[in-house]
Formats: sequence, C-alpha cells, structure tokens
Amino acid sequence: MFRSMYDTDVTVWSPQGRLLQVEYAMEAVKQGSACLGIVGAKHVVLAALKRQPNELSSYQKKLLEIDEHMVVAIAGLNADARSLAKYMRTECLNHKYVFGAPLQAARLVVDVADKYQRCTQMYVRRPYGVGLLVAAYDATGPHLYETCPSGNFNEYVAMAIGSRAQSAKTYLEKHFETFKYCDLDDLIKHALKALAGCVSSDKALDKASASLAVVGLADDGVAVVSKLVEDDAVQPYLDAIDIAPAAVEETKMTDEPPPDDTATIPPPEGEQAGDVDMS
Amino acid sequence: MAGGVAEKMESSSPMRHTTRPIVTGTSVLGLKYKDGVMLAADTLASYGSLAMFQDMRRISKTGSYTLVGGSGEMSDYAAITHMLEDLDRENKNANDGFEFSPKEIFYYLRAVMYQRRNKFDPLWNSLVVGGFKDGQPFLGCVDLRGTAFEDDVVATGFGAHLALPVMRNKWRPDLEEGEARALLEDCLRVLYYRDCRALDKVQLSKATSEGTRISEPYKLETDWASASFVAGPGGDLDGDGGW
Repeated sequence: MFRSMYDTDVTVWSPQGRLLQVEYAMEAVKQGSACLGIVGAKHVVLAALKRQPNELSSYQKKLLEIDEHMVVAIAGLNADARSLAKYMRTECLNHKYVFGAPLQAARLVVDVADKYQRCTQMYVRRPYGVGLLVAAYDATGPHLYETCPSGNFNEYVAMAIGSRAQSAKTYLEKHFETFKYCDLDDLIKHALKALAGCVSSDKALDKASASLAVVGLADDGVAVVSKLVEDDAVQPYLDAIDIAPAAVEETKMTDEPPPDDTATIPPPEGEQAGDVDMS
Repeated sequence: MAGGVAEKMESSSPMRHTTRPIVTGTSVLGLKYKDGVMLAADTLASYGSLAMFQDMRRISKTGSYTLVGGSGEMSDYAAITHMLEDLDRENKNANDGFEFSPKEIFYYLRAVMYQRRNKFDPLWNSLVVGGFKDGQPFLGCVDLRGTAFEDDVVATGFGAHLALPVMRNKWRPDLEEGEARALLEDCLRVLYYRDCRALDKVQLSKATSEGTRISEPYKLETDWASASFVAGPGGDLDGDGGW
C-alpha cells in the first residue's frame, strides 16, 4: 500500500517538495495518546493520558524522568521514546559528572533534535516515530520544548501533542496568559482540565489513566526537583477539578475559573488538594 | 604532552608521557574578599633554574565570570586555556544566554585533570579557578592528580608553603579591595625574596559583580636592606640571607 510513488524512502523528495516518510512519522505522533505541558513562573507541569493496550495489561507509562531537573512526556512509538530517553539520561549524567551542574535543557534538546534530523537524511534509517515534550527547570528558569520526527523543535509556554490534542490546545490557548501567575496547584488543575478534553468519548479521565509530572523549584526556593504523580496520588487532583466526562464541554466553555473555584470543592481526605510534596 | 600526538604520527614509536615539567611557572595566589575574588601571579616561566621567559602571563579569563591561573608546565597551561576557549566558544555558539559559572569551569578542569592522570599522562599544572557569578564568589584549586578543593584562600607551588600561612593569618571575609591587594602583594614579595623561581614582575586580577579584570604586568617594590639579606662581615657564608 502506498499513497504516493515518492513515499517509500526517507531520502526521496516528492515533487511537491515534501518528505513523505517524515510526514508519516509525524502521523505516528498524532496517533499516540495525548500529553501536554504548561510552564508557570517556577514550575513546569506535564500531564499525560495513559493507554491500556488491553484489559489485562498495565497502563503504558507516558512520563519518563530524565534527571532531577527534567522529565519528558511522550506521544508515539514507546520504544523509540525509550531509546531517546536513554540517550538523554546518559547526556545529563555525563554533564553532571563533568560540570557538577545540571545540563541546560536547550542544549540537550538541540542534540536530540539533531538525532532526529540525521534519520531524515539517511537512506539506511527510519525517522523516530515519537514526539517529546521536554519539561525542565535549569539555570535559565522553567522551559517546555516540543521535539518531533522532522528534527524541528520549539519552545512553548504550553503545548499538547498526541491524539485529540487539538482540544487541549484550544484550552491552553484560552488560558495561557494566566499561567505565569498561577501557583502550582492551579497549573496542575489547568493541566488536568486541558487533558480531560483529550479523553475519548468511551473513556473517562481517572487515576489509572491520568499521570502528572512537576518539575521546578522546591518549597525552599533553591533546590530543583522533579516529581511524577501517578495512580492513587493523582486522585486528589482529579477530585479538585470536578470533571465528569459530560462536564468536559462545560469546563471548556467557562473562561477563567472563578476565583472561588477551589473554595467550592471539598478538600480531599488526607492531604490538601494539589499539595505536591516537592521533596 | 607528546603522548597522543606522537603515537598517532608514528605507530611504531613507544607511548610517551610527561614525566617531568620543562618550562615552569611558580606560585599562583588567590583569595576571596568583600567584592569578589582576587588572583595574583608573577610572569616568569623558568627553564629549569634559568629565568627564561619573563613576560609569561599565567592568569587568563574564560567566559565573563571566570579567571584561571596556572602554575607548573607552561605548555600544558596553554593547552588548558585552549580547551577553555573551545568551551567558551560552544557557549557563545549556542546563543541561549547561558554561560558556565566559575564552579562549572572548576568541575570541568577537575574532570580533565583527573582523566589525564588516569592515563598516567597528566597535565603538569596546579590551577587556581576564581570567579564571581550571581552574587556568589568562587575560589578553588585543582592539581595534576585531579585533587580539587574550594577555600577562601588558595596558593599553589611554593606559595602553598610561604604565602598561605601569611594569607590565612591576615584573611577576613570583609577584606577591602585595597587590603586584599596589599596582602597579595606582600605575599608575592615574600615569594620573590625566598622562591628562586619567582619574579618581581606580577599581575593581579579580580572577579567581581562587574566582571573580570586582569592587570598589566607591573614591578613589585622590593627592599633588600633587610638585615637577613645583607652579607655579613664574615663573607658570603654568614648572613647571606640563607637560614
């Protein structure tokens, strides 16, 4: 099966000036389950929707910790993401050994993008079928980058990739100007609300499928830490945002969450809603 | 130094490592003071006991925040400054507003020195790294074995024996710039009097919130009238300045 006579090789141009194999690889990213990231003043929050390949299996991990100051969310081929994550972890570790300080995320993202790019120009290779959202807090503050199979990368204040990511993008576009004033709890709520729009109609956003990661300054304002929030730990945040599958539309409709938004929600049992232990 | 290069050029020749330094610089001194960090060194490169090159500048800038002073083999020091230039160029090429802090430079040099000592082919230097970034002064020392430490006062070579005790006695965290300079000049003078590989032509440098500056070489004032320097009536053997 082929859509074009020019799509069987990465290195062959179509007469329209396109590299179809690379575009197909980008398609793999669009088929992957959704993930998104939001940059605040002192934190970056990632949220991702985990998939269960079948009823008996576990949910596929979507968030990979790279270093103490960096986490990636993945959409696309998981195995490709693992090999990229392994490379990124090695680079971070080497940098920390040589320079005694965390690697600048921008530098690593360029190197990763170069890895992607090499596959688009060589006959013997295939492009990576995965897109990454790289969340990091480094010497120049919080950052969110998106990488994609074409070798392109960009920095964002908020971005979503994967299937049905358009819904999340719409939400993020509506609210992005407030993100730099949001505290961590609000960032997480925004992330989950945006993610809720990416859930397919026959599923619900629950603690098994939602996963969160926070990268940023710890409570002491000095140390940089990253933390994955999954399974039971996600529940308090889900409770705090009040989205039944049907309520998703409504959430998207309301502009800013009203100031007393949180006040109306009973705090979950045990810990305070959205109180991330950043230690 | 010849090791890697010679090996590649002529694969049949035996591997060669540095086993002793040839052209050497003596002490480098450094201290933290109220506004930042100050480094000092003379400008002599000796060939054995011969005072061969008298305008060898042994303190260099790397990036906007860091000073590196080197004693020991001067060709190795030149190689190290080239490595640091490469590193700085990488930072500039990345063009993302990030530059290495003095501490990162220090860690890098530590890694380089330790790696080379593990090849049994050390870069024969003691390096002093001083700098100032984000309101934080930094001062550290790395030697040819990769031994690395930070301190408020550091000295390499003969200075570690002759100058360091003086500096530790006189040092305060709130030292004014003038006081810091006077202290370093006193130490350089003592070194000139007592270290036969030292020179009275010196450079001072500082790293503060305003960046890094290295002075042009200038001559220290010395006073040889001190009784211990004057040959006694008995001739050279008595009171000749020795102990």
